[in-house]
Amino acid sequence: MSQVKQGKEPLLRIAKRDGISRPKAYGIRVIAVLLSLIVSGIFIFAVTKLNPIQVYEAIFDGAFGTSRRSWVTIRDTMMLLCIGVGLAPAFKMKFWNIGAEGQVLIGGVITAGIMRAYGTSLPTPVLLVIMAIMSILAGCVWGVIPATFKAVWNTNETLFTLMMNYVAIQITSYCVALWENPIGSNTVGVINQQTKAGWFPEVFGQTYGLNVILVLVLTVGMFLYLKYSKHGYEITVVGDSVNTARYAGISVKKVTIRTMAISGAICGLAGFIAVAGASHTISTSTAGGRGFTAIIVAWLAQFNTFVMILISLLLVFLQKGAIQIASQFNLNDYASNIITGIILFFILGSEFFINYRVILRGKKEGEAK
Amino acid sequence: METVAAVQLKNITKRFGKVVANHNVSLDINRGEILSLLGENGSGKTTLMNMLAGIYFPDEGEILVNGKPVTIASPKDAYDNGIGMIHQHFKLVDVFTAAENIVLGLEEEGKLDLKAASAKITEICDRYGFHIDPAKKVYDMSVSEKQTVEIVKVLYRGAQILILDEPTAVLTPQETDRLFDVMRNMKADGKAMIIITHKLHEVMDVSDRVAVLRKGEYIGDVLTKDTSPQALTDMMVGHAVTLNIDRPEPKDPTPRLEVEHVTVFDAMGVKRLDDVTFTAMGGEILGIAGIAGSGQKELLEAIAGLQPMQSGASIRYRPIGHPDNKDGVELVGKTPLQIKRSGVSLAFVPEDRLGMGLVGSLGMTGNMLLRSYRKGHGIFTDRKAPKKLAEEVMEELDVVTPSVNFPVRRLSGGNVQKVLVGREIAQKPSVLMTAYAVRGLDINTSYTIYNLLTEQKMKGVAVVYVGEDLDVLLELCDRILVLCGGQVSGIVDARTTTKEEVGLLMTRFNKEAAEA
Amino acid sequence: MTSAQIIQLLQSAVCFGTVIMFGAIGEILTEKSGNLNLGVPGIMYLGGIAGLAASFFYELNNPAPNKVVCLLISFIAAFAAAALGGLLYSFLTITLRANQNVTGLTLTIFGGGVANFFGGGLNTMAGGVGQISVAATSSVYRANLNNVTNLGVVGKLFLSYGFMAYLAIVVAVAMAWFLNRTRTGLNLRAVGENPATADAAGINVTRYKYLATCIGAGISGMGGLYYTMDYIKGTWANDGTIESLGWLAVALVIFATWRSVNAIWGSYLFGLLFWVYLIIPGLGRKDIELFKMLPYLVTIVVLVVTSLRKKRENQPPASLGLAYFREER
Repeated sequence: MSQVKQGKEPLLRIAKRDGISRPKAYGIRVIAVLLSLIVSGIFIFAVTKLNPIQVYEAIFDGAFGTSRRSWVTIRDTMMLLCIGVGLAPAFKMKFWNIGAEGQVLIGGVITAGIMRAYGTSLPTPVLLVIMAIMSILAGCVWGVIPATFKAVWNTNETLFTLMMNYVAIQITSYCVALWENPIGSNTVGVINQQTKAGWFPEVFGQTYGLNVILVLVLTVGMFLYLKYSKHGYEITVVGDSVNTARYAGISVKKVTIRTMAISGAICGLAGFIAVAGASHTISTSTAGGRGFTAIIVAWLAQFNTFVMILISLLLVFLQKGAIQIASQFNLNDYASNIITGIILFFILGSEFFINYRVILRGKKEGEAK
Repeated sequence: METVAAVQLKNITKRFGKVVANHNVSLDINRGEILSLLGENGSGKTTLMNMLAGIYFPDEGEILVNGKPVTIASPKDAYDNGIGMIHQHFKLVDVFTAAENIVLGLEEEGKLDLKAASAKITEICDRYGFHIDPAKKVYDMSVSEKQTVEIVKVLYRGAQILILDEPTAVLTPQETDRLFDVMRNMKADGKAMIIITHKLHEVMDVSDRVAVLRKGEYIGDVLTKDTSPQALTDMMVGHAVTLNIDRPEPKDPTPRLEVEHVTVFDAMGVKRLDDVTFTAMGGEILGIAGIAGSGQKELLEAIAGLQPMQSGASIRYRPIGHPDNKDGVELVGKTPLQIKRSGVSLAFVPEDRLGMGLVGSLGMTGNMLLRSYRKGHGIFTDRKAPKKLAEEVMEELDVVTPSVNFPVRRLSGGNVQKVLVGREIAQKPSVLMTAYAVRGLDINTSYTIYNLLTEQKMKGVAVVYVGEDLDVLLELCDRILVLCGGQVSGIVDARTTTKEEVGLLMTRFNKEAAEA
Repeated sequence: MTSAQIIQLLQSAVCFGTVIMFGAIGEILTEKSGNLNLGVPGIMYLGGIAGLAASFFYELNNPAPNKVVCLLISFIAAFAAAALGGLLYSFLTITLRANQNVTGLTLTIFGGGVANFFGGGLNTMAGGVGQISVAATSSVYRANLNNVTNLGVVGKLFLSYGFMAYLAIVVAVAMAWFLNRTRTGLNLRAVGENPATADAAGINVTRYKYLATCIGAGISGMGGLYYTMDYIKGTWANDGTIESLGWLAVALVIFATWRSVNAIWGSYLFGLLFWVYLIIPGLGRKDIELFKMLPYLVTIVVLVVTSLRKKRENQPPASLGLAYFREER
């Protein structure tokens, strides 16, 4: 046993924190965001040779440089936020709804379908209501299917909802081919470009005013729903312990299905907003990966919908900035995905320092190595 | 050989956050000796041994093996030093065979040869006198078989120092006897053995020496032949206690719950309860005794509406003041919510407090809400009443918490239990069921709980107390129902019965099965 | 429907299947260690772009590229880049205990971003979309025995693929042997089933998880390499195909019930389902899109059926998706 080293203590040890004060936790997160900005800056510098100050100027210019850019930034923030708000109840229940992308698309497809079919026969307000309701129903169905299997047979929801995305994507591809305009373009084109039937009307003179109002109402509503409603309480209990829920007489099946119906419905409505309130067309990139990004938004915000506003804004701000820089330098838009990835990696990593503390080896520092 | 102890612990301290689990503990273990490590629940026995096994790392102190200081930073280090631990919760991979589990993690030369391993396993079994099938999957094994695999695993690795953490908690008396025979064989083979337990008769039966821990501190050691159970109890609890639980006569007992022909199968198709029939009376405490896993959990859950039962079962509830109500309320076939809505006030303190009775991420207020959140119209919950209730419970039961909104998951075990019991009693129940209500609690908190239960009994509540400590069952309860293998093996008067009688009933069917 | 059509269908199925087989086998190794890495699409992207970029710059700077160097440089670059993706995932989920699902999804966004960003850049440097020509490297990957042997139908069916199609099968079989017949494989499976048990048995859980995840990622990355070098002949297209193939690879892991040998026929079946519209007459372009849904629907069915049957051996590794911390209490 002589090879066993004497008095060796591990160099680093990790212990769970008893709890951390709020300012300290936010401090850690802010540091993570700053670090990610520095790393993103270095990345942009490496490909463009812009000096760091110029980098951040360009980012800001891309996101808020003109009134139109600001509104696009706000529009896209609202989109991401809307999906995040939709995911919040599912994640609070610890139901891994990876299927937002599909729920958004299916809501978008049905909106586009109605917009095309009834654009000439129904007045816009009626059309908007019908599209909203149908997109909600579509998203709802997309959420309820995996939820039902989870509730009844405990089928893995992460993988199920993931597969549902691709079913929705293929349905979208099918519809794009079906509604192709002009023929051969492989796109649907802008629907009702002349009549603007079924488009969101301007509110307070702003094209995207209705988007903002709808999403903010949902954000506040979801916050209240989760925190103060009886349903919200049931979601908390189920998310914490299924056994406790059964003990308290809560039907886990019912809550699972109901919550996923709500989650899917809001994601479906996000599809409606994306089509009727923004792009006025449909394609497989209508959701554009936001269904996945929003998962991360919802998770990082720990289901607090107000915190989601900040995270969504931060992500979209940097994406817009990255796209701006990319177009200036004749690079492509995918730069924004790289930046998104960098930020998210940093924020994800920072959670560790909030939950754990690292203990360095004590006085025997000299013996290291 | 006799001069140096196999293992020496010197001034070991281990903290978890603010809790000191072990404080300045020093202890020697010798070869060819069985040492009992005795202490109450939560006295730090398992934590101390986990540091020998490499699961935890001590904050302060030193460990010596054969006189040489060693660092045990991982279980591998422990094995390298010849130390092997058989944990209370078996560390086996369910989908592996016995042989696969045993060779797991070994760094032997050559390719994986399960045949050779099986031969060696059989050889070890023969030497010490037990039997396992190396090709059997763990998920097909009984508890006793799994334990055997754990012991063989440790021996296969050439361990000279074996630590057994409460090995008898899950065994029948016959299995326990067989285990002790094996331990004596190993002792004769020169191995050092530590058995963690709080069962005094086993200490007296199997060990050569006893070391006692109390609240994380080392109290001392004695040779088994020089001591008595009474003396050990004194060491364990600090001062001589006869429990002296206040037990008034039952207050005009009337039938409250008539349980008939309850049979339950679990999800794997194993029969957990077999035709259980009894009556719980209002105004008395009915104790339920049995070896762990004899169907206690399933019985309480069946009454609470959480277990599907086989047809033919009946659980009839007779409200207070209407003992002659011929119909009563039938609980079988009702969900917990339906039971509640039919006017039955059923309070239930389950075994798994945070996993079943409470919402760990919420504070006391949020947990009070669990029973009352449906109250009131509208979609929002009423927060005022539960907050008031939380403050009352905090006050009356001395719950130590920074605030009523502090997540209960972060409270200590005793405080968690007070929150749970406080909430359940606040419902003004007519039936109160508790499972292992004092497990892991200190003596003062335990007495608080006993008094609360007795108080409820005097209010005419039918109290059902599932316990593991026979002394407490005998002094607290009015009648004791004994479960054995899912069957009722007897119902006895707690005032006149003896520990021996109850102990015998706990193993009755096993014996019959063994003899048949 | 002619026999030529059927042969073409089967060939397409094998090519397509090979991409997802690599992805799935790598992911099986990763998941056996208890890590559910949803970053497979991102990792396949990283493998694809790294291999392509490496051989692009090699061929750019060497007018007469050596084929062996072409092969080695692209192969190593692809494996290393993908394994680095795995390392990033491992660091976040194992060391920093970040949530596995969220980290995996982020890796997919990040990997796709990196690959398409630089892929676009390479396209620009080469003079336009579809213009990257790593002709020498691609020809190595696409070399096959069919042209040499001329065995007719048999040759077309079994010998008409680049070496990586056969490598995938070899890796799958070797993986099964490794997981089931070696000590290290046994230990690894224990880590994924019950890390506390593995830890108590003296297995370094962290090291196993890191290695399995990084090597698994490297193998998954080979799917991306095969796709860029063989399937689309050494070009780059940012049309999202790698991503959808990556998700199919994740689906295939479930379909194969975590057995790499099942992944062999499973991947060809997925390929077949994806391309089955080729032999169905009279389909419009839109109908084809509906047929492409089949592999996902089949996976859903398998998912549901395994959850109904509850057979112990077919379940995912018991600790899949969970972080392990020894002193957790």
